[in-house]
Amino acid sequence: MRNQPSFLQTLFDQGYLIPSGVPGLFGRGEAYEAIISAFDGLISRVVKGDGAEKISFPPGMSRVQLEKSGYLKSFPQLAGSVHSFCGTDHDHSELLRELDQGGDWTRGLACTEVALTPATCYPVYPIMAARGPLPSGGRVFDLQSYCFRHEPSEDPARMQMFRIREFVRAGTQKEVLDFRTAWLQRGRDLITSIGLPLDIDLANDPFFGRGGRLMRAGQREKELKFELLVHIANPAGPTAIMSFNYHQAYFGETWGIRRDDGEVAETACTGFGMDRVALALLRHHGLDLAAWPEPVRKTLGL
Amino acid sequence: MGTAMMENIRDIVAQYGGVSIDVASLDEAADLYAAGMTSFASVNLMLGLEEAFSIEFPDVMLTRKTFGSLAAIAEAVAKLSGKTA
Repeated sequence: MRNQPSFLQTLFDQGYLIPSGVPGLFGRGEAYEAIISAFDGLISRVVKGDGAEKISFPPGMSRVQLEKSGYLKSFPQLAGSVHSFCGTDHDHSELLRELDQGGDWTRGLACTEVALTPATCYPVYPIMAARGPLPSGGRVFDLQSYCFRHEPSEDPARMQMFRIREFVRAGTQKEVLDFRTAWLQRGRDLITSIGLPLDIDLANDPFFGRGGRLMRAGQREKELKFELLVHIANPAGPTAIMSFNYHQAYFGETWGIRRDDGEVAETACTGFGMDRVALALLRHHGLDLAAWPEPVRKTLGL
Repeated sequence: MGTAMMENIRDIVAQYGGVSIDVASLDEAADLYAAGMTSFASVNLMLGLEEAFSIEFPDVMLTRKTFGSLAAIAEAVAKLSGKTA
């Protein structure tokens, strides 16, 4: 019996994704992008009227801001920073000699002011803080960016560079918890409307190390994170395509985000793994878009 | 409760716990999280206790409850170091 080609190989064969030679780093074909755009449009129709401020971020962010955010305390194993050559002519010839000899040419590079964006919401907290106290009723943002996490994998749904569209709410505890509760229902309705069977479950982030185990346990005990899960390509279990996160006052205190009454603001966010949604659709409805169920095509406007 | 161990634990909590009140006079049953200890601080506290008492907390004990009060910490340290709390 011959082995079936993997889901990832099939995506390559049909041009949805284009391999780069590096696990989790792919080019995107036209049909794949059409699915992402269609789903992006569906989200925009659902959130119309929310009054969210829309911002697109690049895949890089301020390194100093990433440091201050505490990301390296929790997820050093996932972080990426950008290094560049900042040397002299002499250093340049050293670099070329190392390169020519198959040595480590990167040793002479220096860290730049740029780190790779690990999650779409990280750059928004300092922006909020810089604007002064939140208006009465708080704020809501509609963000998107490519993100980087260093976790090379053969699972097509665990990419190293991928897109997140994320909604961030800042305000009182009640405002941000109401936001998250509303999104849990909204997410369920939205993903159901595109024909994907789902579960929603309590979750934790992949905090690093033994201290991370304590952080994970605390996050679960306090019910700070939920995920919306769909089977994609991981035989071990379903994959999160959305998450719903309550940060308490963590970012408010870290960045000094104040409410209109002077108290520290709380925040919550909900994010869509856009690439994971596209992969889930291809997995469940097949690789022939024209043969997808009519209601799904209609909902997505494909 | 062994006084020497408890005094040692109070010192370590004061150093790593990030609590906003005086640990020296804190009730042994008082909730350290309610006293201002964050999750990040509890990780540092865990590492500080491991170093001070030459112990290693097993995975099953890495919960909020283990580090929730001076009494809970003393109980865990006693269990792991084989000494009476």
